[in-house]
Amino acid sequence: MKRLATAFAIATVLAFGIQAASAQTLKAVKDRGELLCGANGQLAGFGMPDPQGNWTGFDVDFCRAIAAAIFNDPTKVKFVPLTASNRFTALQSGEVDVLSRNTTWTMSRDTQLGIDFAAVNYFDGQGFMVHKALKVASALELNDASVCVQQGTTTELNLADYFRSNHMSLKPVTFATLDEALKAYDSSRCDAFTTDSSGLYGSRLLLASPSDNIVLPEIISKEPLSPAVRQGDDTWEDIVRWTHYAMVNAEELGVNKANVDDQKNSTNPEIRRLLGVEGQFGESLGLTNDWAVRIIKAVGNYGESFERNVGQGSPLKITRGLNALWTKGGLQYGLPIR
Amino acid sequence: MSDVARVSPRPPSRRGRHRRHAGGLLLQAALVAVVAGLIGAAGYNAAQNLAKANIAHGFGFWNNTAGFDISQTLIAYSSSTSTFGRAFWVGLLNTLLVAGIGIVLATVLGFVIGIARLSRNWLVARLAGGYVEVIRNIPLLLQILFWYNAVLKALPEIRGSIALPFGGYLNNRGLFLPKPVFAPDFDAVVIAFGAGIAVAIALWLWATRQQERTGRQIPVLWPALAVIVGLPFIVFVVAGKPLSFGIPDIGRFNIRGGLEILPEFAALLFALTVYTAAFIAEVVRAGVLAVPHGQVEAAQALGLRGGTVLRLVVIPQAMRVIVPPLTSQYLNLTKNSSLAVAIGYPDLVQVFAGSVLNITGQAVEVIAITMAVYLSISLVTSLLMNLYGRTTALVER
Repeated sequence: MKRLATAFAIATVLAFGIQAASAQTLKAVKDRGELLCGANGQLAGFGMPDPQGNWTGFDVDFCRAIAAAIFNDPTKVKFVPLTASNRFTALQSGEVDVLSRNTTWTMSRDTQLGIDFAAVNYFDGQGFMVHKALKVASALELNDASVCVQQGTTTELNLADYFRSNHMSLKPVTFATLDEALKAYDSSRCDAFTTDSSGLYGSRLLLASPSDNIVLPEIISKEPLSPAVRQGDDTWEDIVRWTHYAMVNAEELGVNKANVDDQKNSTNPEIRRLLGVEGQFGESLGLTNDWAVRIIKAVGNYGESFERNVGQGSPLKITRGLNALWTKGGLQYGLPIR
Repeated sequence: MSDVARVSPRPPSRRGRHRRHAGGLLLQAALVAVVAGLIGAAGYNAAQNLAKANIAHGFGFWNNTAGFDISQTLIAYSSSTSTFGRAFWVGLLNTLLVAGIGIVLATVLGFVIGIARLSRNWLVARLAGGYVEVIRNIPLLLQILFWYNAVLKALPEIRGSIALPFGGYLNNRGLFLPKPVFAPDFDAVVIAFGAGIAVAIALWLWATRQQERTGRQIPVLWPALAVIVGLPFIVFVVAGKPLSFGIPDIGRFNIRGGLEILPEFAALLFALTVYTAAFIAEVVRAGVLAVPHGQVEAAQALGLRGGTVLRLVVIPQAMRVIVPPLTSQYLNLTKNSSLAVAIGYPDLVQVFAGSVLNITGQAVEVIAITMAVYLSISLVTSLLMNLYGRTTALVER
């Protein structure tokens, strides 16, 4: 119902409203005093409130990094939980400033929705989770199986494609939210559960008996997860994009939360440019020159945020894999700040 | 004397009447033009704003490949070749299916409960009253979730399916029944069935005429049933039994073959039926109470007994009061079926305003189409019920 209400609200605004000048997101955020961040709310490790109501997660950290860059205070963020169905309409209508909600960057979304993706902050792929009792060793054995899936996601489309190209028949059971899909899988309404591989590990923790479920080895699609912003505001897009690259560059250069203050005295020109000791890069974004220092002090560098939320420092224990730095065989490549 | 001629007011001049009539028409035409203009301006403005924000607009998405699968499809649908338009029709048929069956079942149950509440038996009346009060006051969404989670998920898993007679299975994935497979000769059986019904109706009409003419009541129920069932059966046997059944069998994951009834469909149907029946029960009770007690007394004075009085005297007069609120309940049931989104039943809102909306991103067009569809369904239902209502209206001279 909230989705319909939002869509109806956009329809009314579009019908009778004059499109406000869209290049003002940074100014609007500063005036408001907090960042509106579209988050998941149900995905452990990426965006979920803990029992005390504090939001934690990899995507949550990213929003906190942007808030720190703007306000020097990572708590000046309001998280708006969005489902897969209403996330894009919420971004299009201005309900959120940035969508940091494990969203896959695809061509149709880039071209048809009036949004832009900033930078891939997590290279993921789709996988399957099955009940151990079914004794399934590979996704190719899932002919005729029921699969619980969340509606309105690339997951739904990839699932149909995979079964079709492998000549298997599929019985999908689609739900509006990940929670419901998981609950249905847990009660054996379906044989398998499918979502991004990172989500599988997080969701497995929420099941009644996690050890009775296994994640199958096949990764059946590319899911480059990226934060998204509205089209037409280049400055804002730059801020979001370079927040990510600041974190990756920090990890490449060995700058972390603990040593960022000491590193300001470094003689390495790349570190000096990153931390704003040299150059006016922060001001070119409309922020202060110590924007990267603020980010790293708030959430750490890319590797720290990864390990804390989804890596070895978290219950998910996902390995860096494709998300390792390019110097270590992964795909995370920090564009040069110069 | 001349005052008498001046007592009655002069009739308004014909030209004045025309002027007032034309003035009214002009005003209405102007209002229609303004409203149409507003709608047109809104549409144009929306298209402009969408284009400026680089959001795709227009209805071209209708013919694009859908790419996703739907769990219950009454017509042929394939994720690789079917379009978003086809997905729309699948969703619409699912909505009409659950709404149609729900309306029939809710009416039957509602009538029974409504009349039960007026029973002289204290226990029956209280039970019916309790049912109405409890069911009416719990939100429908909670009832749907209750049926789905508490009742249907409590069914056994596939391995432990309850085996039904005639080879069916019942488990938490659904009710699996033998699927009838019709040979071409089955058309003859269908025609025989139609003929049987026609003969039964003719029999009933003849018996009614006989009763009006001679007063003799001819029992017509059993002969009619015999014709409706017997005639097609004879044709069936003669045509060599052109009907076989696909028996469901348990595969590795799911049950293959057979007619599958999804637990989502069943949960939604039960919840809608039970919920709407509580409201229909009150409508029926109101209608029955609206019939003046004098009618019942007069019928009893003629020697009619309880059931007959209800059937022949009270209900036909009560229908006049029942039909308009009953129409509202039917419309409510149809629109409430959109809560299927909560349990994953692929109705119109779930398939079209859910999956299609999110994949294409065109919220404005999709929601507009969905609203137009629900509006059309509601208008058609109202129209049919109003036509029926005219048959029960009091005929005045």
